[in-house]
Amino acid sequence: MASNPFSDTVDGNAFGAALLDPERPAPAGLVGPDGKHAPKRFNVYRNNVIVSLRDALADSFPAIKTLLGEDYFNALARAFVLAHPPTSPVLIWYGGKFPDFVEAFPPLAAYPYLADVARVEWAWLQAYHAADAKPLDPAELGALPPDAIGGACFAKHPAAWVLSSDWPVWDLLRVNRFEPGTDIVIDLATPQSVLVSRPELDVELMMLRPGADVFLQALFNGETLGEAAFHAQQHSADFSLSDSLSDCLSNGVFEQLIVNQTD
Amino acid sequence: MSAQTNPDNPPRAPTDIPARAGAGLKPEHVAEILSTNAPIAFFEVHAENYMGAGGAPHHRLEAIRRDYPVSLHGVGLSIGGEQSLDRVHLQRLADLNRRYEPGLFSEHLAWSTHDTTYFNDLLPVPYDAATLGRVCDHIDEVQEVVGRRMLLENPSTYVAFAQSTMSELDFLSEITRRTGCGLLLDVNNVYVSCTNHMRSAEDYLAGFPMEAVGEIHLGGHAPDVDDTGRPLLIDAHDRAVDNAVWALYERLILAHGPLPTLVEWDSDIPAWPVLLAEAQAADNILARVHPSGIRHAG
Repeated sequence: MASNPFSDTVDGNAFGAALLDPERPAPAGLVGPDGKHAPKRFNVYRNNVIVSLRDALADSFPAIKTLLGEDYFNALARAFVLAHPPTSPVLIWYGGKFPDFVEAFPPLAAYPYLADVARVEWAWLQAYHAADAKPLDPAELGALPPDAIGGACFAKHPAAWVLSSDWPVWDLLRVNRFEPGTDIVIDLATPQSVLVSRPELDVELMMLRPGADVFLQALFNGETLGEAAFHAQQHSADFSLSDSLSDCLSNGVFEQLIVNQTD
Repeated sequence: MSAQTNPDNPPRAPTDIPARAGAGLKPEHVAEILSTNAPIAFFEVHAENYMGAGGAPHHRLEAIRRDYPVSLHGVGLSIGGEQSLDRVHLQRLADLNRRYEPGLFSEHLAWSTHDTTYFNDLLPVPYDAATLGRVCDHIDEVQEVVGRRMLLENPSTYVAFAQSTMSELDFLSEITRRTGCGLLLDVNNVYVSCTNHMRSAEDYLAGFPMEAVGEIHLGGHAPDVDDTGRPLLIDAHDRAVDNAVWALYERLILAHGPLPTLVEWDSDIPAWPVLLAEAQAADNILARVHPSGIRHAG
């Protein structure tokens, strides 16, 4: 529907289009107390929209803000808000497209690790708000007959997420979010994969051992313990089934054990 | 009235909100509120912050609800919008009402969604017959789905619509008459809007349909100037309540009797004792009026 910016009648199309397009004039039918056109007054709304959504992104992606600095982050967030404004009034769900936007943002092409840092922060937020669920009691697995363990599958806990990265995302997140001031040297040639989980109320972030990301991803895809371990070993000779499984169980990665009948 | 309607729920504070002062609940204050048994009558939460599936936000609110009545304040329903209400979102509001049994439930005379975009601001509506009809239809729908009376908050605005044919007071009064909804009178919004539109806040309050008011809001605003250099106040909720707003509030309470009063502070959030002191300042004014013998609407 076309909106006439010179009309005295202002509809949602005209108001909304001008809010997200700084080049558009403020709708003519919006006035000050003198009855005259009031573009500066209209800019209060423009500013509220951009700043409040930018602040919402800053709350959800604090490591990205630290890595880029406030001015750069604000410019990036503004570009994202204009390109991808929210489609839901529930802002805890806003920003799922931000990691891909960061990855495709031409001026940031020299910093390819940023998108994975943003992906971990998004996973952290999902875990924070995920449904409450009691993690699997490790004793349930221990109670299985030995010949049934290899065929066991697991249902993922609603707050568990695995992210495999070519970049040192664990170190980047520690320094820029979770352990500010930590004195570690970040080696961009070191790939790291992380697990995000929330066994109770606090979100946990841990670096995964070699192959554990492949192992967990396979289990989340419904593979049996035996199949997942095989794939992880193929991927990484250093894979340790007992250590990785123990990490998963103590971090509440699974909700249920699914025992398959062996043939 | 007893709050205990669901046997699966833990024991809870009463549902009804007394004509005393409360504060907007901020996550960073919750531990101190609970550990100090904070002396305050109620807390208000923004509904949209509790629409996640689980985790710490719900855990904190359950803990608060055990000890205090709560009021639920929606900020994203877009009651003034041109399009139909988002039924999924409305159902989420109904679910939160069931879960937390708030003593009061409110939303805004504003719009925030158009087409598929949510603007995250309380945008103004023209005061004309078409908008009035639409807003009333939406309020009827809210009250039907949520199954209770809602309060509608008067807006703070920075622009007026040349197409408006009614005053804001007539618009609000007609809404309450047609829908039976109550009003949330935000005295800071009154001061902000009246300053911005060069009207008298005293006159506005003298004409306000007080019989419909179920709650009062107080909050801080930021000063700016408009296109012509006139004062333009921004409803920022980023500081203490202004003295001019306190004066309006005091006159209102002395004239009409005590009402549940909420102090909002949503940005540059202070330490808990600072916000508590603001609420206590409102409580001191409320305490000067004997609650019995003075009529007020619930």
